[in-house]
Amino acid sequence: MGQGWLQIVIFLVVLVALTPLLGSYMARVYTGETVMLERVLGPVERLLYRLFAVTVSDGQDWKRYARSMIVFSLFAWLAMYLILRTQTIHPWSNYLGKTFHSGTWDVTFNTVSSFITNTNWQYYGGETTLTYFSQMMGMTVENFVSAAVGIAVLVAMIRGIVSRSGSSLGNFWQDLVRTILYILLPLSVIVTILLVSQGVIQDLSHYTTVHTLAGGEQTLAQGPVASQIAIKQLGTNGGGFFNTNSAYPFENATPFSNFIEMLSIILIPAALVYMYGKMVGSRRQGWAIFAAMAVLYVAGIAVSYQAEQHGTPAQHAAGVSTRAISGSSGGNLEGKEQRNGVVNSALWATTTTVTSNGSVNASLESFTGLGGAVPIANLGMSEVVFGGVGSGLYGMLVFVLLAVFLGGLMVGRTPEYLGKKIGAREIKLVSLAALATPLIALATAAASVASAAGRASIFAKGPQGFSESLYAYMSQANNNGSAFAGYTGYIQPNPGNLGAHGVKFADIVGGLTMMSARFIPILLVLAIGGALAGKKVTPAGPGTMRTDTPTFVALLVAVVILVGALTFFPAILLGPVVQSLSTHLF
Amino acid sequence: MRRDVFTSIVAMIALTLLLGLVYPLAMTGISQVLFPGRANGSLVEKNGQVIGSRLIGQDFRKPVIGKNGKPEERASKPVMAADPAFFQERPSTATSYNAAGSSFTNAGPNSLEAMETYKENLQSYLGLERPYDPGLTAAQVPIDAVTSSGSGVDPEISEANALIQGHRVAAVRHLSLAAVDRLISQNTNGRFLGVLGEPGVDVLELNLAVERLAGGAG
Repeated sequence: MGQGWLQIVIFLVVLVALTPLLGSYMARVYTGETVMLERVLGPVERLLYRLFAVTVSDGQDWKRYARSMIVFSLFAWLAMYLILRTQTIHPWSNYLGKTFHSGTWDVTFNTVSSFITNTNWQYYGGETTLTYFSQMMGMTVENFVSAAVGIAVLVAMIRGIVSRSGSSLGNFWQDLVRTILYILLPLSVIVTILLVSQGVIQDLSHYTTVHTLAGGEQTLAQGPVASQIAIKQLGTNGGGFFNTNSAYPFENATPFSNFIEMLSIILIPAALVYMYGKMVGSRRQGWAIFAAMAVLYVAGIAVSYQAEQHGTPAQHAAGVSTRAISGSSGGNLEGKEQRNGVVNSALWATTTTVTSNGSVNASLESFTGLGGAVPIANLGMSEVVFGGVGSGLYGMLVFVLLAVFLGGLMVGRTPEYLGKKIGAREIKLVSLAALATPLIALATAAASVASAAGRASIFAKGPQGFSESLYAYMSQANNNGSAFAGYTGYIQPNPGNLGAHGVKFADIVGGLTMMSARFIPILLVLAIGGALAGKKVTPAGPGTMRTDTPTFVALLVAVVILVGALTFFPAILLGPVVQSLSTHLF
Repeated sequence: MRRDVFTSIVAMIALTLLLGLVYPLAMTGISQVLFPGRANGSLVEKNGQVIGSRLIGQDFRKPVIGKNGKPEERASKPVMAADPAFFQERPSTATSYNAAGSSFTNAGPNSLEAMETYKENLQSYLGLERPYDPGLTAAQVPIDAVTSSGSGVDPEISEANALIQGHRVAAVRHLSLAAVDRLISQNTNGRFLGVLGEPGVDVLELNLAVERLAGGAG
């Protein structure tokens, strides 16, 4: 396993090295400093503002910021729904000589809600259900837009924390445009080219049928894949071009493409933490939060890797050897690709679930009990360990304020954060924001196993069926999008959507779960930003609890585990832990 | 409010054109110029005919012919058995190497059905290889040979798996074992920079190389 650990360490070192580079660049993008790219893209930026008819120097208070964000998200929803429901008239819609039909309304409701909320839950099948036109004009666009909305909300909240006068949190339209033009788009171009250099495809050809070497036939799906996969990873979106996501070789072709994609998943969430330190004027504050996240992240990697290397009860019972031997690294390779092996599958699974990315390079449902418990526990921590772009850090800042409050209670002082007193209103908002996601997740998961309509989606027998349901609603409530993919919301007898039907409970409850768990916390977070904006800053005294020390990091980790993971502990026991403790087969 | 509605509509139109049309088409153009082979799927040709992709595993089994001279069927699907002249891919239980409709097996860790599949895969692997590699035991069969991959079209098998199958392919093709082993190592994709990922043997390219050598020899 030494070789595997070496790979993990290299990945983490590269991540930590790139974090300050991108982080300080992003801080410049949001504090109005000129960045080099403006020479090229400045005219595009100004053209967009002119078309939008907005004056971006006008600040917005939290309510106006929220309103612009909500109205924009609504129209983004409508645009994508329109695109996905008109597939029969799309150009490039030829699937083996047959026209793609549109998905049914219920599954489209789910898919669109999932892309708007940066979840990218897959009840759609990619290559069998979507035209190239939908993938480009629908999926790719929303990948950019939903990521930009998340980052914009974070930046607005940070401005509230920093601001010493007035109520402005910045301008939503400016944050949206600058995020896309100066961060997401240039990074996507770089990643696209790197991916294509590895064999990830980027074309508009029809699906190609070939005569194979052994005399059979095989049809190869094609498409503009790399450009979508780049933003799918960078924007913590995660929705695949292909049904099996980044396990599919045309979506993730080599160990190097795998490395680039994993790095793209977590780079922006990590860099945002550094950016935060820079924007609040103390890099130590950023690194303290980074440290708390890193502790939880590395713990997850270690557990997952060990568990997957061990193999499953089903494999052991069949007499299959899961040991590493000469010429094979062994471990549980069910649902995993040879080129990734156990180590890169476990590292990816942890990375994609601490962030709210949700793309997979292996089948999570086929992970061992304990290996599968890691993603579930990560979801349980409400995606604040790096988390989604923007959403991860604003979620973590909610936990930071909670930790400051608890710390204040312990020492008997009025809690303050970065010089600002945390009052009753802030703490009420913080509590609601911290509880919203777990509540939505548990309520919908419970409803899904308690009702026959909910159980219709279950694939596996025994505790695994419960794990599937729990995972589905935890993933959707945390806007992650990864799945124990046996759980289904769409039945498609033939490729191309003809004769297909949705599973209404899964589609509709899932869609509502994603939307409420995205926008309720966003509104609360903006309200917190609004409440903090303009508050007077009191200079730190000897009695001020410091928030950039190892003690505070430990307190923050404890709060995340207590509030996040323990909420789900009973449920996790019932599913994955039962399986990892038992050799019984179901 | 009306302001926000107007701006939202304009923004969605402008961003859809920029991010949904200009960006992917520009990327397609650049990719087609820089990496024409890879952007189009790393296709592999034999005698000028495309026979598949280096990145996509394909079926090296053949239909089993029954006593009545017709292909045998089970659950209205043809029964397939390994063609002994070829190196075999990893099993593809869910999709039978479908490259236009991928799916996970979703076999859980405690699944009885999965256990039976592993047992069957292990038996047929031993049944196929043991006649050519008499000392082969279950403990020596690498895990990739009995489990399905994520994509169902994993193009690679482990080196251990390839070396075991090499005995059979060499015998059936009347090639020396050393020559076949040499082809295996020539068609092994190592770790990136010697560190990242797992080494794997590309089965389609290996089989092509074997055909070339066997064709040249006889």
